[in-house]
Amino acid sequence: MAKLPKPEELAKVDFKPPKTGWMDTPANLKPGTFCWGAKAKNLQVVDFPNARDWNPTEDDWKLPKEWEGTVLEAMADRLSKYRSFKLFLDICVRCGACADKCHFFIGTGDPKNMPVLRTELLRSVYKKYFTNSGKVLGKLGGARELTYDVLKEWWYYFYQCTECRRCSVFCPYGIDTAEITLMAREFMNLLGLNTDWISGPVSNCYTKGNHLGLEPHTITSSVEFFLDDIETITGIKVEPTFNRKGAEILFVTPSGDLFADPGTYTAMGYLMLFHELGLDYTWSTYASEGGNFGFFTSNEMAKRLHYKIYAEAKRLGVKYIIGGECGHMWRLIHQYLDTWHGPADFLEVPRSPVTGTVFENACSTKMVHVTEFTADLIKNGKLTLDPSRNDHLKLTYHDSCNTARGMGLLEEPRYVIRNVCNHFYEMPENTIREKTFCCGSGTGLNASENMELRMQGGLPRANAVKHVHEKYGVNMLANICAIDRATLKASMDYWVPAVGVTGVHELVGNAMVMTGEKERTQDLRLEPLPGEEGNE
Amino acid sequence: MHIAVPFFTVIFLVLIAYAGIEAAHLHVLFGIVIPYAAFTVFVLGFILRVRNWGRSPVPFRIPTTCGQQKSLPWIKASTVENPSSTFGVIVRMALEILFFRSLFRNLKTEMHEDRVVYGSAKWLWLAGLAFHWSFLIIVIRHFRFFLGDIPFVLEMVEGLDAFLQIGAPLLYTTDIIILGAVTYLFLRRVAIPQLKYISLAADYFPLFLIFGIALSGVLMRYFFKVHVVGVKTLTMGWLSLSPVIPENVGVIFYIHLFLISVLLAYFPFSKLMHVGGVFLSPTRNLINNNRMKRHVNPWDYPVHVHTYEEYEEEFRDKMKSVGLPVEKE
Ligand code: SF4
Ligand code: SF4
Repeated sequence: MAKLPKPEELAKVDFKPPKTGWMDTPANLKPGTFCWGAKAKNLQVVDFPNARDWNPTEDDWKLPKEWEGTVLEAMADRLSKYRSFKLFLDICVRCGACADKCHFFIGTGDPKNMPVLRTELLRSVYKKYFTNSGKVLGKLGGARELTYDVLKEWWYYFYQCTECRRCSVFCPYGIDTAEITLMAREFMNLLGLNTDWISGPVSNCYTKGNHLGLEPHTITSSVEFFLDDIETITGIKVEPTFNRKGAEILFVTPSGDLFADPGTYTAMGYLMLFHELGLDYTWSTYASEGGNFGFFTSNEMAKRLHYKIYAEAKRLGVKYIIGGECGHMWRLIHQYLDTWHGPADFLEVPRSPVTGTVFENACSTKMVHVTEFTADLIKNGKLTLDPSRNDHLKLTYHDSCNTARGMGLLEEPRYVIRNVCNHFYEMPENTIREKTFCCGSGTGLNASENMELRMQGGLPRANAVKHVHEKYGVNMLANICAIDRATLKASMDYWVPAVGVTGVHELVGNAMVMTGEKERTQDLRLEPLPGEEGNE
Repeated sequence: MHIAVPFFTVIFLVLIAYAGIEAAHLHVLFGIVIPYAAFTVFVLGFILRVRNWGRSPVPFRIPTTCGQQKSLPWIKASTVENPSSTFGVIVRMALEILFFRSLFRNLKTEMHEDRVVYGSAKWLWLAGLAFHWSFLIIVIRHFRFFLGDIPFVLEMVEGLDAFLQIGAPLLYTTDIIILGAVTYLFLRRVAIPQLKYISLAADYFPLFLIFGIALSGVLMRYFFKVHVVGVKTLTMGWLSLSPVIPENVGVIFYIHLFLISVLLAYFPFSKLMHVGGVFLSPTRNLINNNRMKRHVNPWDYPVHVHTYEEYEEEFRDKMKSVGLPVEKE
C-alpha cells in the first residue's frame, strides 16, 4: 500500500494546470488514489458482466471484445432514458462556476477534478459519436474518440467523484455532475470495471441483506453486546426483537452501525430511545441494510438491493418504517424508493404512537427519518433530557451531502442536537447546509488503499472543523451518516486529531433520562461522564 | 488554437460579407436569402432540440434541494430553495432564469497556506446578468424595425436605455454594457488558468461573434450612420414576404446582418441552447415532494431480487439457533 504523506505535505495543493491540454494528458494512476479492481466472485453473485480478477495497475484490464460498442450502445440507451444526462451533456457553457466547488479539486488541484472537466471527459466522447458538430469539428469542437486511455481516465476520475452534488448547487443550470458519474459508472460496470470495495458490499448485501455480510445470528449477537453495555451504563435491560411479525414499525438502518465504533454507539442510542418509548417495533436481519452500494454501480443494481425494505415491511405486516441515520440511504429512500418499488399501499401513513403526530411529508413513501421522529418527540416534551451529560463535548454538525442536497433535512438534526447538548457551534456558513462538503469518501470510496485521495477529498470538510476547533474548542463532530462515522473519523485523525466523531442518536442516548435508570457515571462509550472523572 | 481559430473565423465572416456586397454585389443573397435561411434554421433547430430533450423522460424526481425541506409543521420550510409546491418551483425557476440565482451563490475558494478560504465572487454573476439583460433589451429595441407604429412600451424601453442623454443619436447604455460584459467574459476566460484550460473553441466563438455583432451595430448607429429608413424598408419587406433591396444602405449593415445570421444558424447546434435547456433542468424544475407523491418511471422494468424465502432457505438453521422466527420450520 502507498505510504500516506504527512498532512503538512498533503495540504500543499498545486493548482497550476499541466502544460499539456487535458485531452493530451493521460490519467496517471497514482498509488494511494484509486481502489483495487473488483473480484470475479463478487461480480458473479449479482450476474455482472465480465467477471474476472483484474488489477488496475496492470496494462491489460482484460476488457471484453468490442467494449467500445458496448459503451456507445449503453450511452445511446441512457441518453434516451435520462433527460438529465442528455441535457447536462448539451447545455454546459463552461462558465467555471462549479470548478472550485468540488472537494476533490480543492484537495488535489487536479483540473480533471473540476466538475466541469470531469463531465467533459465524457462529454467529449458523446460529442464525437452523437453530435454533428463533434463529428465535423473533431478535437476543435471538443470531441474525441473513445480509446483505451480515455476509458482508463474515466475509471480514474469517475471514481474520484462522490456524487455529492455540491457542484449542482452552484451551476446556473443545475447541472449535476453526479448524474454524469452515475452514468459513467454504469458504462464501466458493463465492462466489469468496478472496484473491490464496492462490489464486495454489493454482493454481500444481495445475498445476506447487508453490506458487511453479517449473517442473522451475527446480527443478533452484535446487538447483544450493545445490550450488555447499555445495562452496564443504565442498569436497564433492553430487549429488542428481530423479524417479528405484527410489530407496528420496522426499523431499518445501515449495517455499519452494528459493526464499528463510533457507529455502534449510535445503534445503542436507537435501542435506548425505542425502549424508553416502549415502541412496538422490530429490527430485521433480512432488511438489515439501509445503505445501498448498488447505487454506485448501476441504477438496476440499486433497485435490486432496495427491494428488501418494502418486501420485509409487507411480510412482517408493519404499519410503516423508520429509517436510521444514513446519508445515501436517505437520498435513495427519498428520491428513488417509491419510484422503484412503490406504491407502498400496504403500509399506513406514519403516525408517531407517542405524540400522535402524523408525518404527512412521508404519506406516500411511509418512511420517516429517525431525526424527524425524535425532533417531534422532543418538541412535544416526551423525552426527559439532561444535556449536561454531554457537557464534556463541544459539538459541531456535519450535514451529509445526500440529506442536505437530496432532501433538505437540515433543521431536524440541529434541533435534536440543541436539545441534547449545551455546546453547539456551526462551522462556517459556506461549508454547511446545502453548501456542505463531502466527507471525501462517499460512493464507495471509503477503502483503505486510496487513503491519500480520501484525505485530499476530506480536506475542505476537515478544514472547516479545524476552524471551529481552534475558535471554540470544538472536540466532537456530529453527523447522521454511517459512512461519515467511519470516514470522518479517519479524516479527523489525520487532519484534526483532537476531534472525535459521533452520531446524533448517541448524543440522545447520553442525554436521555430513562425510566428506572441507575445513576449514570459513564457515557455510551463507557467513558466517565463530566464530573465523574475522579470517581473511577 | 482554441482562441485563434474562432477569432479568425469571425474576421473571415466579416470579410465575406464585405466582399459579397462591395465586390460581388450580392445584396439579395446577403440581404434576403441568408437571413431567411438562418431564421428558419434557428426556429426549426431550436424546436427540434427542445423536442429532442423532451423525448427523454425524467425517470426519477431529483431536485437539488438548497434549503430546509417541508416536514414537521413547526420547522420553517424553505419554500423557494426547496420547493414543495408548483408555486415554489415557479418562483425558483423565475429567480434562476431572470436573476441567475445559483450563480449569485458563487464563491471563490482558495488555499491560503493550509487553510481553505472562501471569498465572494459576484463578478461572474454581474457580468452574466449585464450581458444577458442588455442583449435582451437590445433585441427588444430592434422590434422597432418590425413594427409599423412604434408602441409606447418600446419607446419607453428606448428612452430608459438612452437615459444618459449623450450624443446624437442618443447613446444607448446597453450598447456599452454588452461590449464591456463580453470583453470581461473573454478576459476572464484567458486570465484564469483553470478556465483557460477548460475553454474550447465553442466557448470563444460566440463571444467573438457577439462582440462583432455589437460592434458593427455601434459603428452603424453612431459612426457610419446608415440609412435607417432603408433598413426598415428591408426589414418590413421580410415580414411581408416580398422583400426588396433598398438603395444606399452601407456595407456595415450587411456585415451586421450577416453576423446575426450566422449566430442564428449556429445557435441550435451549440451551447447557446442553454437558453432553452435551463427550463428543463430536472434538478431545478421539480418539486421536492418525493415522499408525499409517488413519481412514476415510464421505463421501469422488473429486476432480479433476492427474496426473503431464498434468504431464509440459506440461513434457516442459523436463524433457529438464535431463536429468530422463521416461516418454514
Ligand atoms: S457551473 Fe454549470 S454551466 Fe458552468 S461550467 Fe459548471 S457545469 Fe458548466
Ligand atoms: S458531485 Fe461532488 S464530487 Fe462529484 S464533481 Fe460534483 S462536487 Fe465533485
